[in-house]
Amino acid sequence: MSADQEIAVLGIGMHPWGKWGRNFVEYGVKASRDALADAGVAWRDIQYVSGAATMRCGYPGYVAGATFAQALGWQGAEVNTSYAACASGSQALAAARAKILAGQCDVALVVGSDTTPKGFLKPAPGERPDDPDWVRFRLGITNPSYFALYARRRMEIYGDTAEDFALVKVKNAEHGFSNPNARYRKKFSAADVAASAMVADPLRLMDICATSDGAAALVVCSLDYARRLGRDDAVRIAAISTVTPTFASAVVEMPDIATDSAAVVEAQRFRAAIPAKAYEEAGIGPEDVSVAEVYDLSTALELDWCEDLQLCARGAAAQLVRAGETRIGGRIPINPSGGLACFGEAVPAQALAQVCELTQQLRGTAGERQVAGAKVGITANQGLFGHGSSVILKR
Amino acid sequence: MPKAQKPVIEGWFAVEDGQPHLIGTRCKACGTYYFPRQSLYCKNPACDGEEFEEVPLSRRGTVWSFTNAMYQPPEPFVAEDPHVPYTILAVELEKEKMIVLGQGIRGLQCEDLRAGMGVELVLDTLFETEEQATITWKWAPVA
Repeated sequence: MSADQEIAVLGIGMHPWGKWGRNFVEYGVKASRDALADAGVAWRDIQYVSGAATMRCGYPGYVAGATFAQALGWQGAEVNTSYAACASGSQALAAARAKILAGQCDVALVVGSDTTPKGFLKPAPGERPDDPDWVRFRLGITNPSYFALYARRRMEIYGDTAEDFALVKVKNAEHGFSNPNARYRKKFSAADVAASAMVADPLRLMDICATSDGAAALVVCSLDYARRLGRDDAVRIAAISTVTPTFASAVVEMPDIATDSAAVVEAQRFRAAIPAKAYEEAGIGPEDVSVAEVYDLSTALELDWCEDLQLCARGAAAQLVRAGETRIGGRIPINPSGGLACFGEAVPAQALAQVCELTQQLRGTAGERQVAGAKVGITANQGLFGHGSSVILKR
Repeated sequence: MPKAQKPVIEGWFAVEDGQPHLIGTRCKACGTYYFPRQSLYCKNPACDGEEFEEVPLSRRGTVWSFTNAMYQPPEPFVAEDPHVPYTILAVELEKEKMIVLGQGIRGLQCEDLRAGMGVELVLDTLFETEEQATITWKWAPVA
């Protein structure tokens, strides 16, 4: 993509992930204020507030953009709220980018925050057989069931082992150990993973990410605005992919009970299409990537992502992790933040948290987690109902 | 006296000549299969078909992948007390070129399963009360 399609990341802010049990607005305000301070931009100067919605915190969550604008103090900015499951943060960011590139605003605040309930995420109440999310829970198929089906498929087709999956957890635990925003900061061993309870064979408790409270915010602006502030060197967003799947789905996705039929058309891999669009938009390829933040809802899923991001051949990701190539210091570090393994998922904040981490990596301010010489970073995530996103940052 | 039986979802499966099958639909214009049934609009982006025929889906398929549920899922799942782990299978249907999920039959273990294995559809109890059994489809290894 040409530079006139890029925007700058001026500031980042996060509220630490955890199970704090407080109002999501409190976390979002903290993350926003940190992002504004990091950007050196006054709240009154923000022209557009783009919030990622949360579905579990009542009406204020459905109108998150306005909720944060009010909490920070109404100052007349335009507002937007986006909901796109795990890609909500990226869609809120894409809305801000569109506004900036259209010349309708110079500087925007993007924020996502969540307070999550304990245990399995569950569907809305009531008897709703027309809702696939209701149907699958009725039949006893939870989120870990899908992650486990993908993990087992890798074992059956590529010969991956439960030990390979544990290596992903061990690696991410090492990465997240020094991250002050991570919820779990402990260097787990392969033996710890193997000793944790089996949840959905072959995945154990420590292979599967938890749900967390947390918030992340960005201050983004036009390149002109960054220049006026003397921030020509700011990290830039070179692509935001929010593509939908192409019929027919090759893999059974949450919350569906069946794939599309590929009887008359060729089956398509959605997960691979998400970063493919981002590469195309940024005009770069996987060989240019120095670091990636991917959605490790399970340890095994991180391996799927390595392949979908084309960082290795299909089926070869376990070899990457065995050789230590996805560790900080390796050929292509994955999840230097510690990933969902160390954070747990705070849905509307997570895609923005990925961008916060890559911004730090590209600024060279990630401390003990720093990937040396990082120039290009890519995020990837996928959620329910055909939502997914991939953001490319560069410096 | 046998308990009354109730399907977990109305109209998703049927028994014909003693053989159970899932009820799908097929687009009359392009031939794409649907499960659960689709009867209003075809989801193939190259097709604007709006007419569908009801078709029985293949009773047999091959295992694409499998797992189990060691913990009790949240509602609306109705659990036994205590929870009895069950397997979940993703089964490829060759003719329909689709993968359909379902529980494995009671007693089936992950150790018994392999990708590519032949399985067939059976009807079995999902959960029961004193008066009524709720029935669903499950997958059973082909003998």
